[in-house]
Amino acid sequence: MNIHQLDARRLLCPLPVIRTQDRVKALQPGDVLQVTCTDPGVKNDIPAWCRINGHEIEDISEQDDEIIITIKVGDIS
Amino acid sequence: MSTQRKAVSLISGGFDSMLATKTIMEQGIHVEGINFFTGFCVEGHTHAIRKKDKEKPKRNNALWVAEQLGIKMHIVDVIEEYKDIVINPSHGYGQNLNPCLDCKGFMVKKALQWIQENDFDFIITGEVIGQRPMSQRKDTMPVIARESGAGDLLLRPLCAKNLPETLPEREGWVDRDKLHDFSGRSRKPQMALAAEFGIEEWAQPAGGCCFLTDAAYSKKLADMWQTRGEKRYELDDIMMLKVGRHVRPRPHFKLIIGREEGENNFMQGYRKQFVSLKTVSHAGPLALIDGDNMSDEDIQLAASIVARFSQGKAADEVELELRSKEGTSTTMKVAPMLADDMPEEWYL
Repeated sequence: MNIHQLDARRLLCPLPVIRTQDRVKALQPGDVLQVTCTDPGVKNDIPAWCRINGHEIEDISEQDDEIIITIKVGDIS
Repeated sequence: MSTQRKAVSLISGGFDSMLATKTIMEQGIHVEGINFFTGFCVEGHTHAIRKKDKEKPKRNNALWVAEQLGIKMHIVDVIEEYKDIVINPSHGYGQNLNPCLDCKGFMVKKALQWIQENDFDFIITGEVIGQRPMSQRKDTMPVIARESGAGDLLLRPLCAKNLPETLPEREGWVDRDKLHDFSGRSRKPQMALAAEFGIEEWAQPAGGCCFLTDAAYSKKLADMWQTRGEKRYELDDIMMLKVGRHVRPRPHFKLIIGREEGENNFMQGYRKQFVSLKTVSHAGPLALIDGDNMSDEDIQLAASIVARFSQGKAADEVELELRSKEGTSTTMKVAPMLADDMPEEWYL
């Protein structure tokens, strides 16, 4: 399992979702992606995208104005 | 064993694309959703800017629809490619700067590319004849099929019976008798179909799904192109047209004045790209100056306008911070401009 980072700060939805989607395509099942965002809309949109595409949200945390969403990549084959 | 046929559905997040998708899913077709982000989509990001909108539920309706239907969704960034559609629409604009016919053709073309790359069989959309004045007319819908290259791979389940048979119908992948013959702007047939499917909730995007159909937005975009002397834009440009009050007191510069805290906070992130003004003696907005070759007189004028939108608008004098793109700042004092001295034509 590898842990990857994605900086989606200052991007407004749906761009953080698109960047997450494009990054996840290049990862392996079981990998973890931590996405750092500033648009509060991601708290709904990224989990929704994960649910419909078979990935798991491990954690959502907020620090100052930043939101960090931790995703475990599912089996997308 | 028969082959499992697969369709991609253009999902906007609205009612029609939801019903069109469900109609095809009911016929045993594997459907996945696709949504194209052009930069002008109302759906999504603008509610993230204004503080007054922060309490509203934030959801991407395309994702929500996909989840309700239990299908996968692919959101595709087409910002760069879409520029040519906005700048040079071969079929022209609608009432504002909305290139609806070119836009739909572009999206179907991108969907065609996607099905070819992903081994899908056909494309579906939620279009209904007569529902939109430009892209959803009986004479323009074949144009979309033809110019996109999709031809008879494009199926519109909600009005298919009013159109020639498509390949999925001819091949028996879908049963034409179970498709629909909706037309016009009435939503009653859609409501009845939703009831049949047990769908009780759907998104109702107010004012359409694209900023280019908005008169005020289009006016600001046209002003930007006119000032630049050419039709071009970057994503940041079109984002900034959605934010603040835009005031052009002189041909060579305009002010983008935050209307509330959320906008001021958003605009803070652009202070390295614009010279900015902020009132310091009174609570007031952040303003970005979009223009070059500003004289001292221009700066004074800009400051007096910004002061006019602060809580010091009735004061004799308001102090402001003038900040360069590099971050150096100076302070200045001006008399706020009176409302009567601001011509209506300055407002974009």
